Amino acid sequence: MSELTLTVMRLGFLAVLWLFVIVAVQVIRSDLFGTRVTQRGSRREGARPQQAARQAAPPQQRQQAAGGRQRRNAPTKLVVTEGTLTGTTVALQGQTITLGRAHDSTIVLDDDYASSRHARIYPDRDGQWIVEDLGSTNGTYLDRTRLTTPTPIAPGAPVRIGKTVIELRK
Amino acid sequence: MSSASNPSTQHTSTIGSIGTPSRRNTELALLVFAVVIPIFAYANVGLAINDQVPPGLLSYGLGLALLAGVGHLTVRKFAPYADPLMLPLATLLNGLGLVVIWRLDQSKRLTNYAAAAPRQLMYSAMGVALLVVVLIFLKDHRVLQRYTYISMAGALFLLILPLVPGLGADVYGAKIWIKIPGLGTLQPGEFAKIALAVFFAGYLMVKRDALALASRRFMGLYLPRGRDLGPILVVWVISILVLVFETDLGTSLLFFGMFIIMLYVATERTSWIVFGLLMSAVGAVGVASFEPHIQTRVQAWLNPLREYQLSRAGTKDGILHSEQAMQALWAFGSGGTLGTGLGQGNSDLIGFAANSDFILATFGEELGLAGVMAILVLYGLIVERGVRTALAARDPFGKLLAVGLSGAFALQVFVVAGGVMGLIPLTGMTLPFVAYGGSSVIANWALIGILLRISDTARRPAPAPAPTPDAEMTQVVRPS
Repeated sequence: MSELTLTVMRLGFLAVLWLFVIVAVQVIRSDLFGTRVTQRGSRREGARPQQAARQAAPPQQRQQAAGGRQRRNAPTKLVVTEGTLTGTTVALQGQTITLGRAHDSTIVLDDDYASSRHARIYPDRDGQWIVEDLGSTNGTYLDRTRLTTPTPIAPGAPVRIGKTVIELRK
Repeated sequence: MSSASNPSTQHTSTIGSIGTPSRRNTELALLVFAVVIPIFAYANVGLAINDQVPPGLLSYGLGLALLAGVGHLTVRKFAPYADPLMLPLATLLNGLGLVVIWRLDQSKRLTNYAAAAPRQLMYSAMGVALLVVVLIFLKDHRVLQRYTYISMAGALFLLILPLVPGLGADVYGAKIWIKIPGLGTLQPGEFAKIALAVFFAGYLMVKRDALALASRRFMGLYLPRGRDLGPILVVWVISILVLVFETDLGTSLLFFGMFIIMLYVATERTSWIVFGLLMSAVGAVGVASFEPHIQTRVQAWLNPLREYQLSRAGTKDGILHSEQAMQALWAFGSGGTLGTGLGQGNSDLIGFAANSDFILATFGEELGLAGVMAILVLYGLIVERGVRTALAARDPFGKLLAVGLSGAFALQVFVVAGGVMGLIPLTGMTLPFVAYGGSSVIANWALIGILLRISDTARRPAPAPAPTPDAEMTQVVRPS
C-alpha cells in the first residue's frame, strides 16, 4: 500500500475517532435535563373565553404600569393575624398573592375549611389592593360580609378565610 | 398606551419540566457510527500489514454489528429511557479493542500465541449476552438492595478464590486468576467489583447519616467518631490483605478507592477522602517494604531503563526483571502526536501481555497522543454518563450504586493507564472493554447493563405525584 494512502487513512481514522467524541458530546449537550420555558401568546386566551374573562386583569402587568404612581399611604405588607400561620408577613410588591391549600399558593393554608384556591389579593391599575374570592366553598369574609365581587381592601380591615384572618398594613 | 392594555403583546410563560424523550434513535445512530469506526480501523490494519482488505472484514463487522444490534434492541424493549450514550461508547471501545487485538495477532513476532481476536469476539458476545440478561431480569435495580450482605459475602468469596490452593493460578507473580479446568482462567476480582459496589451502596445508604452527622470539627475537617471508623478500617484491612496475599496493587487500590468514593458521596465529608488517601498511602508503602513482588513492580516503575538493561543482560539475582515498562514508554514515545498508523508500529515487541495489560501502549504508538486522548475521553464520557445517572436517580441506593460502579470503572482505567504510562507502579488489571481478557469484558458489560437499568429508572418520566392535600375535600362550615 502506498505511503500516501496509509497516511491519509491514519489521519482520517483519528479525525473519525474525534468526530465520534464530538458527536457524543453534542448528544450530552442536547440531553441536559432542566426546565423548558414555553411562551404562550395571548391568542390562547381568546381560545378559552372563560379563562380570558378571569384574566381580564392580569395583575403583574397592570402593576408595572401603575408602579410609578403608587399612592403614598399604600399598604406595604400583609400580616396573618389569626390561624396556624399567625405572625406571617408577606411584603406587598405588586405581585398577586394567592391563598389556599394548593402547594403553589403564595400563602399555603393548612386549614380544612379553606379551599385549594381560595382567594387572591392583587393590586389594580391604581395600586389599590383588591381581594377576590375564587369560588371557595366556605367563602371569604371582609369584616363580616361575605365577598361576592372583587373588593378593595382598606389597610387594617380583617379578611377571614376559614380559620385564618389576614390584614394589610402599612 | 401601556403594553398592558394591548392584549396581543402579552405573553405568559409556562415553566415545566421537559418530558424526557427516550433518545433511542440517537442511540441507534451513534451505534452505527460506533460499528463503522472499528470496521474502518480493521480495513486500515489489513491494508497496512498485508496490502489487502482483510478477508475477515465482513464477519468481524457483522459480528460487532450483531452485538450492537442485540444490545440496542434489548435496551429499546426493556430499558426504553436508558442513557443513549453508554451502549455506543462501550461498543466502540470493544470494537477498537478487537481490532488492536487482531492487529497484534497478525504480528510475525508474536506467532507463539493462539489467535486471540476470535476468542475476544466470543467473550464480547458473552458480555453482551450478560447485558441482555441483566436488562431482562433486573427490572428494578432496587431489588439488589435486598442482597446487600449476600453481595458482601459473594464479593469476599470471589476475592478469596484465587488463594485457594489448586484453584488459584499464579501468573507472573500476581495471584488474581483462578483456573477452571477445560475453560481457561478467570479473574474473579472483576466480578467482585460489581458485588462490592452493591454491598457498599446498600450499607452506606443505611449508615450514612451516622457517618455524616456524628462528628467533631477540627481544623476545618469533620472528624468522625472512633466507632464510626469501624467499616472503613475493615475495608482497609481487607484491601491490605488482598495486597499482601494476592500481591496485586491494582485490585487493592480499586476496592479501597471505590469505598472511599462512595463514602464521600454518601456523607459529603471531605475528611473521609483525607483519611482514605492517608490510609492507602500507609498501606501501600508498608506492604511494598516487605513484599518482593510489589518491590519488583516499584523498581520497574522507578527505574524502567535499569530494569530493562538488567533483563536484557539476563541478570539472575532471584528477582524478576521486566522489560515491559520501558518498552511501553518507548512505544508511547515513538508514536508521537499522530502515531505511526494502525498496523505500522512496533509495539508487538512488548511480547507477553501486549494485547492485555499493555494494549494501551499499542494505541499510544499507532494512534499517537491524539488517539490515546480520544480513547481516554471515551472512557471519561462513560464515567460522566454514570455520574450523570447518579445525579438523576431518584433513590439513594441507585445514586450510590451508579456512583460506585462508575467510580470503580474510572479507577480501573486510571490504574491501568497510569501503570502503562509510568505514572504509578504497574498492576495486573485490564483496560475495560479494550484489553484481551474474558472476565474483564464480561464483567464490564454487566456493569454497563446495571448502569443502563439505573439510568432507565432515573430518566423515566416521573410517576404521577401522590394525592396531594389539594385534592382533598374542603370541609363545609355548617351554621350551628
